[in-house]
Amino acid sequence: MANIDNVLPPLTERSTILRWLRKNLFGSWLDSLLTVVGLLIVYWAVKGFLTWAFTVAEWRVISANLRLLMIGQYPIEQVGRLWLWLAFLAFLAGNSFGIWARRSWLAVGVLALPAVLALVFPFEGSARNWLLALTVIGAAGWLGGWTKPEVLKRSVIVGWVIALPVIILLTHGFSESTTGFWTVARTNLWGGLLLTFLLTVVAILFSFPLGVLLALGRRSELPVVRWFSVLYIELVRGVPLITILFMAQLMLPLFLPQGMTIDRVLRAMVGITLFSAAYLAENVRGGLQAIPKGQYEAAQALGLSGAQTMIFIILPQALRLVIPILVGQFIAVFKDTALVAIVGLLDLVGIAKTVLAQPEFLGLQREVYVFVSLVYWVLSYGMSYLSQRLEERLGVGKR
Amino acid sequence: MRKIFAIMGILVVASLVLAACGGAATPAPSGGETVTVKETVVVTVVAPASPAVVAPTGYGVTLETVKARGKLICGVNSQVPGFGYVDANGNFSGFDVDYCRALAAAIFGDPTKVEFRPVTAAERFTALQSGEIDILSRNTTWTLVRDTELGGNFVHTTFYDGQGMMVPADSGITTLQDLEGGTICVQTGTTTELNLADVMASLGVSYTPAVFEDADSTFAAYSEGRCDAVTTDKSGLVARRTVLADPTAHVILDVTMSKEPLGPMVRHGDDQWFDIAQWTVFALFSAEEFGITSANVDEVKATATAPEVKRMLGVEGDLGLKLGLTNDWAYNIIKLVGNYEEVYNRNLGPDTPTYIPRGLNNLYINGGLLYAPPFR
Repeated sequence: MANIDNVLPPLTERSTILRWLRKNLFGSWLDSLLTVVGLLIVYWAVKGFLTWAFTVAEWRVISANLRLLMIGQYPIEQVGRLWLWLAFLAFLAGNSFGIWARRSWLAVGVLALPAVLALVFPFEGSARNWLLALTVIGAAGWLGGWTKPEVLKRSVIVGWVIALPVIILLTHGFSESTTGFWTVARTNLWGGLLLTFLLTVVAILFSFPLGVLLALGRRSELPVVRWFSVLYIELVRGVPLITILFMAQLMLPLFLPQGMTIDRVLRAMVGITLFSAAYLAENVRGGLQAIPKGQYEAAQALGLSGAQTMIFIILPQALRLVIPILVGQFIAVFKDTALVAIVGLLDLVGIAKTVLAQPEFLGLQREVYVFVSLVYWVLSYGMSYLSQRLEERLGVGKR
Repeated sequence: MRKIFAIMGILVVASLVLAACGGAATPAPSGGETVTVKETVVVTVVAPASPAVVAPTGYGVTLETVKARGKLICGVNSQVPGFGYVDANGNFSGFDVDYCRALAAAIFGDPTKVEFRPVTAAERFTALQSGEIDILSRNTTWTLVRDTELGGNFVHTTFYDGQGMMVPADSGITTLQDLEGGTICVQTGTTTELNLADVMASLGVSYTPAVFEDADSTFAAYSEGRCDAVTTDKSGLVARRTVLADPTAHVILDVTMSKEPLGPMVRHGDDQWFDIAQWTVFALFSAEEFGITSANVDEVKATATAPEVKRMLGVEGDLGLKLGLTNDWAYNIIKLVGNYEEVYNRNLGPDTPTYIPRGLNNLYINGGLLYAPPFR
């Protein structure tokens, strides 16, 4: 015992802030000069923005229109339905973290986010309570997942599978009566971040399987399937998304029979989904091509059928490889949904434009667009960060 | 599985071939009010290929549809200050929007029975033709081509827009003559530029045009003080003024240099619907002319002696029934939405940030162009 105590630790340079500064920023006179110049540039850039943000900017345009920017014209009596599905998602997320990502700071961050938002942003009383409730519900879900992981696993998976139908059903409602909690909220009232979110989620969830099928179709040995996959992918990739949206909003109504109309939001969802599927197909094909032939042969040697080889051997490996690209595509889809503002839907950008036309807030373009950019950035970065964590867990690049 | 997929593929590909053809010809959304040649081409090329272009038409069909549906669907703008936008409570507001409310009040006696459908400049005529909207009330200029080829009828001018002139408030300029020798910012290659030249030549005022390729740089130059005045359509000036550093430091002169009659538009083929839409406009005009407001309409209805007022408010005769409505249709418009002056002042009046002097949009008795036929 005494021996061990007497052994001195190896000499290490003690890392203090001053030492770090001298080593990295002021190593030579050239380094010092570059550091000073760099700091000055940063100072000028940041100072201008901060001065504007804290003294000139009139953020009341955001606080007065927060509800409009978040959910558009969604009827106030039915807003509780949106909170219901948010609570459902919070619970599922809490459960999932409790089961699969025990002891992660990420879980704490995600679950605490609603509470932080409620304290930072000027939400109305009921919205603030709901946000705090989301954190509580999420924490409860986490506790449940932590204590009974094996019991809950299956129900959580079922929960995620039915999440989208639940979201759509709750958002849309189903009662035909004119008033009441379950009254139908027509899609023309969906707007703001709510519409952006729904467009993104629907486009991602539907374009993914479609993209995988197209990727497999393009590598198929059946010529008809292959040609059509190639034709579809190349045609869609050759057309800008905005033309597809214009086609859906402008031309489609002219081709439909008399009196028949397809919901405008649905048209946009289908357009974005079809567009995104073509890109996803190529991403997935990249992953498929990276799988060595030996994997197919090994699967065959084990007696697996073609479909089994695909589902159990090839696709899991191929998809894991392309996670970063897939997430990149998902983020692109999220931002592409802003194009629907050009075809008359009031998504986050569309509603921002109409906020700018309010007489009491004329000329506040900068405030509104800074806020909208911030929302897009936070959500895009959130997706990006989550995908990095997912990659770590799945060991992409290590195996 | 794969066969099904192949069939699905065929369908998808077929629709995309169409998408590619249509997409190529679809014009970019135009911010202005000019109908580009492209827009016309799209419509005329497509029309013969699809016989079902025009949604339910025929005498009385639209009113029936609207009544059966229980609400009016009105195509509006969602981005023009004063004319159409969504307020902080999520309600549509604006001059064009209030017209829709007046129409709903005439039909249902309830101005809230209207669904507002934001339509962009590019899709507005298609939306009207395909029956997605019952009426288009979206700062649209009445032109011959739109009145004929685009399958619609302009109801009546509700707002006489026109090219206006904006100057700094402290410049002391009040008329075009005051601009003698000055510099005027104008967008090149537009009718605006030609109009300016014509008007100034006829007034004998010499000026230096400072021309720019697009609207943004035109107004940027004006805000930097590179010219004494800037010109474009008045409603455009109002919107642009809001983006300037200090919107209150600029005034729009009470002059109009071109014709831009804006008004609601209905589909071809339903004359009853056209009449209802048109007489709603006339009711707004006449109410102002007779001095009837939302505040005093009950009193006027009870005490009126003038036969025309009594007929309009439904005290005498059955004018409303002739339109296919109830006899208190005009009373409902005035009571629930107001007369033309009230609608104008609410959205574009001197107390609003989007103030536009009434100019031509005055009653004919006040030197304007608003003139309603008699209610008889």
